[in-house]
Amino acid sequence: MAQTILAQTSSDREVIAPALREIAADWSADQEVFRHTHWGKAMMWIFLLSDTFIFSCFLTGYMTVRSSAVLPWPNTAEVFALTIGGQDIPLILIAIMTFVLISSSGTMAMAVNFGYRRDRRKTAMLMLLTALFGATFVSMQAFEWTKLIFEEGVRPWSNPMGAPQFGATFFMITGFHGLHVTCGVILLLIIASKVARGHYDRTGDYSAVEIAGLYWHFVDLVWVFIFAFFYLW
Amino acid sequence: MQDHPPIASSAAHEGQQHPISLYLKVWGLLFLLSAMSYLVDYMHVQGIVRWTLIVTFMLLKAGLIVSIFMHMAWERLSLIYAIMVPPLLLLVLVRIMTIEANYAFWTRAIFMGGGG
Repeated sequence: MAQTILAQTSSDREVIAPALREIAADWSADQEVFRHTHWGKAMMWIFLLSDTFIFSCFLTGYMTVRSSAVLPWPNTAEVFALTIGGQDIPLILIAIMTFVLISSSGTMAMAVNFGYRRDRRKTAMLMLLTALFGATFVSMQAFEWTKLIFEEGVRPWSNPMGAPQFGATFFMITGFHGLHVTCGVILLLIIASKVARGHYDRTGDYSAVEIAGLYWHFVDLVWVFIFAFFYLW
Repeated sequence: MQDHPPIASSAAHEGQQHPISLYLKVWGLLFLLSAMSYLVDYMHVQGIVRWTLIVTFMLLKAGLIVSIFMHMAWERLSLIYAIMVPPLLLLVLVRIMTIEANYAFWTRAIFMGGGG
C-alpha cells in the first residue's frame, strides 16, 4: 500500500515537474505562448486587461461608497428620466445610448469581417458608420452631463437628491468611459482612412482593423457593466 | 522587416472567416438582452429578483461580446487563460471592499449620529 503510494508520487513527480518546467519555459518566452497570434493583437489584449483593472477599480470604488453612504442613493430611473410628449419615461436616454453603442459594436464586427475578405470599401464604410455611432453616443453623454449639471444641480461633492457620493462616482465612471469612446472614435477614423487609401492592401495585413475592433468592443463591454451596476442597480 | 513576411501573421487569421449572419444574430441577441434589462427597471422589479436578472443579462451580454465579437471563442487557449484568469483576482478586491464599506457604514451610523 505504502509502496504503491510512494511509487505513484514519484511517478507523478517525474511527470509533473518536467511539465511545470515546460509551462514556465513556454510562458516566460512570449514567442511560444502567443505564437501565431499577431503581436499587435496580443498587446491590445494585454492593454485591455489593464484597462479592465482600471474600470473594475472604479466600479468597486463606486460599490464601496454606495454601500457605505448613510443618505439614500438617488433613484437613477428618475434622475435620468426624460420628458417626451409630456410623459416622463425613466432611463430612456441611457437605454437609447446603450442601443447606439451595441449597434456600433455590430457594425464594427462586420467591418472586421469585411477586412479579412479584403473588401476595402465595405470595411471603410462600416468603420465610418461605427465612428458615427460612437460620436452620437458621446454627444448624448454630453447632453446628459449638461442636463445633470445645470438643471439637476449635481456636483462631484453634492447633489439635491441624496447621497453626495453620487456625483463623484457618476462623473468619474461615465467621464472615463466617455474619454475611451472619444479616443476610440479618433482611432477608428484614422484606421478607416488608412483602409480607404489602400494602406493595408499594400502591406497585405488587415490586422489593424481587428485590433481597433478589439478596443471598440471593449468600450462596449465596459458600458454593459456600467449600465447594469450604475444605472440599473 | 523583410525577415517577417506579413503573410505569416495574416495566414493565422484566415480561420477568422465567419458568415455575416452570425454577427447579425449576436447583434439581435444583444438588443434583446438590453431591452430585457431595461424592462426590469421599467416594470419596477425589485429586490433579489431585480439583481439576479440584471446580473444574468449583464453576464450574457458580456459573454457574447467577448466570445463572438472579440473572437475569444476562436483564440488559442493560452491567450484565453492569459486574459480571462487575472480578472478573477478582482473578486478578492470586491470582497475586501465589501467588508470595508460595511465597517464605514456602521461607524457612520453609530458614532456620527447617522450623518454623512
